[in-house]
Amino acid sequence: MSTAEHADPNRRDFLYIATGAAGAVGAALVAWPFIDQMNPDASVRALASIELDIAPIAEGQSITIKWRGNPVFVRHRTQKEIDDAKAVPVSDLPDPDARNANVKEGDPATDVNRVVDGKEKLLVMMGVCTHLGCVPLGQQGDYGGWFCPCHGSHYDTAGRIRKGPAPQNLPVPIYAYISDTKIRIG
Amino acid sequence: MGGHSNYQPKSAAEKWLHERLPIVELVKSSALDFPTPKNLNYWWTFGGILALMLVVQIITGIVLVMHYTPQAELAFNSVEHIMRDVNYGWLLRYMHANGASMFFIAVYIHIFRGMYYGSYKAPREVLWIIGVLIYLVMMATAFMGYVLPWGQMSFWGAKVITNLFSAIPFVGEAVTTWLWGGYAVDNPTLNRFFSLHYLLPFVLAGLVGLHIWALHVPGNNNPTGVSVKSGQDTVPFHPYYTMKDSFAIVVFLIFFGLFLFFSPNYLGHAINYQPADPLVTPAHIVPEWYYLPFYAILRAIPDKLGGVVAMFGSILILFALPWLDTSKVRSGTYRPLYKVFFWFFVLTCIALGYLGSKPPEGAYVWWSRFFTIYYFVHFLVILPLLGLLETPKPLPSSISDDVLAKKKPALPQGQAQPAE
Amino acid sequence: MKLLKTLAAASLVLLAVPAFAAEGQKDAKDISYSFEGPFGTFDKGQLQRGYKVYKEVCSACHAMHLLSFRNLSDHGGPGFTEEQVKALAATFTVKDGPGEDGEMFDRPGLPSDRFPSPFPNDQAAKNANGGALPPDLSLITKSRAGWYGTFNQLVNGIGGPEYVYSVLTGFEQPPPEIAKEAVEGKHYNPYFASGHWMGMAPPLTDGQVTFDDGAPDKVDDMARDVSAFLAWAAEPKMEERKSMGFATIIYLAIFAVLLYLVKQRVWAKVEH
Repeated sequence: MSTAEHADPNRRDFLYIATGAAGAVGAALVAWPFIDQMNPDASVRALASIELDIAPIAEGQSITIKWRGNPVFVRHRTQKEIDDAKAVPVSDLPDPDARNANVKEGDPATDVNRVVDGKEKLLVMMGVCTHLGCVPLGQQGDYGGWFCPCHGSHYDTAGRIRKGPAPQNLPVPIYAYISDTKIRIG
Repeated sequence: MGGHSNYQPKSAAEKWLHERLPIVELVKSSALDFPTPKNLNYWWTFGGILALMLVVQIITGIVLVMHYTPQAELAFNSVEHIMRDVNYGWLLRYMHANGASMFFIAVYIHIFRGMYYGSYKAPREVLWIIGVLIYLVMMATAFMGYVLPWGQMSFWGAKVITNLFSAIPFVGEAVTTWLWGGYAVDNPTLNRFFSLHYLLPFVLAGLVGLHIWALHVPGNNNPTGVSVKSGQDTVPFHPYYTMKDSFAIVVFLIFFGLFLFFSPNYLGHAINYQPADPLVTPAHIVPEWYYLPFYAILRAIPDKLGGVVAMFGSILILFALPWLDTSKVRSGTYRPLYKVFFWFFVLTCIALGYLGSKPPEGAYVWWSRFFTIYYFVHFLVILPLLGLLETPKPLPSSISDDVLAKKKPALPQGQAQPAE
Repeated sequence: MKLLKTLAAASLVLLAVPAFAAEGQKDAKDISYSFEGPFGTFDKGQLQRGYKVYKEVCSACHAMHLLSFRNLSDHGGPGFTEEQVKALAATFTVKDGPGEDGEMFDRPGLPSDRFPSPFPNDQAAKNANGGALPPDLSLITKSRAGWYGTFNQLVNGIGGPEYVYSVLTGFEQPPPEIAKEAVEGKHYNPYFASGHWMGMAPPLTDGQVTFDDGAPDKVDDMARDVSAFLAWAAEPKMEERKSMGFATIIYLAIFAVLLYLVKQRVWAKVEH
């Protein structure tokens, strides 16, 4: 093309580079709204916390509630279940990480680190198998905890993976006690 | 489309691809090296602007569909959900709504440019006909899109426009019932309009492909209307027109942005923010601004079938334009009389647009009739006769000669030195 | 020059934009708001007062179902804190359920709830209001025009908030020739968009709502505040839109200049 020869190549180069850069930046900025629109919208984000009355859950009983579209297991554990979970040394666990959003990241997966405030009676965790997302069945499996029927993962009474293809313990979502009988998840 | 390129694959990979799919050569010859008259003015940039607007409408549309619900009970609220909750939803929806108006502004300028410079004349008749088809599909697409928010004007606009088909003798009623999927505009109508509104833009994209193909056979017309005589008359499309078009596109985007960000509802109707109510018609049913001239023609004829025929006729007559204009001279620049009548015609269209927005009563009706008649007279009487009666100004011998003649006070260093 | 002509022609096309007037509706009073113009923003204090007027007066009959309580603490809105929104949501009763017994139950509102409607359905609303449906107020300032005319609306906007203000302050004695057409239970208001006789009685009286910030509480003040609040309710992203628009136009202007220079440079050697 005949534009090649020009008196002041530096200035020309600068102009072309500046224009090209401005165009690239503009294109990137325009792309963002089109990407971000697929993220959770304001009404979805607003539902991100729910409150639950735990008084009606009897010892040994487990309920499943829906939070952010996923099942959350809330289990009122028996003393035996707690003791069973405590008896296992962390070093024996396939996943030694607590996976608890309420404790420091990387804390060991001791039983007390799977709950909040040391209130070990109540176990709250996501009911989504860490393998490929199925919902594990309660009070089943080799460890009396949960068993995922899809691909055979066994979780213990603290929701920690013990056997099978799942790589991680069932994650504990952020939750807190509002009162002795009420928790807020999220 | 080929033949303008001397593409030689350089690397082994390019060579490998070229032997199997010569797509690089195609792009190079049709989009980069394509010889384009060097005297095109800014009116010629609207083709590029239109291509961009089609892309904007398709992308924003696809994204809006991710959040929209085409169901009569939910459609209105789902649009408001986009406006209020979806991240940047308000931006995407205002882009799409105002983008439609921008699309039509650009297409009208593009059409009038083609009329002024005689771009529809041989050998570009097919190019023009495909263009008119594009315009028709655009109108259908925009109409069905306007129905989707399911506001009052959406609903009643749909009802009135679909009722046009009831004017067809004998089968009219059956046709409208078929269009509606019921005995009134209702959920089935919304569903099918949604389906077609999603489909037609891709038909448009296909037609645009044909339009560009048909452009690349004879090449661009130009402001002189004189055919390209030699390589002296042209420049390669890139970088000359890519840069010029890009500049024009950004200026157009500023214009678009002023509406989008500072007056996003100006081009619409307030009443469409009221949910559709099949029992109450708004006091004034007015289509979107880009249909108003045709709406005025429809209402000018005091007969249902006659009005519908006149309205569709006013669009269909465009197909015959290449043969109605009998002048051999393309560009209006060299046609002293045509130039005047061209501007009369533009004014007629604007006047019809204004009248279409007015209630059909009193003087408005009579003015509508006057301009409707003139609209058809322009095509059926003035254009055929003008070609026979008018004495055109002498044409320049070539594009280069014309450019030189206009640059009499030549630039200091300036002898004409076209590219290539 | 060529460019100027192009732009001039483009604006010419715009002249064909609709202009029509609803029959007999008096043009709204053109009062001024803080949110007008390309740089206008909402007055948070005014929106909070307007919210109070809506809550204490309008919400008895008018729904606002597209808004959630959480919107009241959104950026670019009345600027309530999240704690305030929680407290004020709890003053509304929201129907929820079904509970474990299969029955619907009432509970205090949460920020994620929509504003509850005062009537269970449109028919109930009509029955309770002499056959006239009190319109939902979520979009009232966008679905009503205060005035018409292509240029008028381009320069002054569509006048939706002004329409609401004018209707609220526009109840008056009908002129004698119109008084003859008086309809039982209807109220004369020349600003009303559909006929001059309105099902709604004048809703505001001086001093009816006490504002926490001690702002004046005449009918005129309350009408300004509530119409501003409803303007926000109809277009909650207005401030974001304008500020993004400002940045976008500046960017495009710079980009246009750069492209113009590039284009000039590319064409410098070609007579055209």
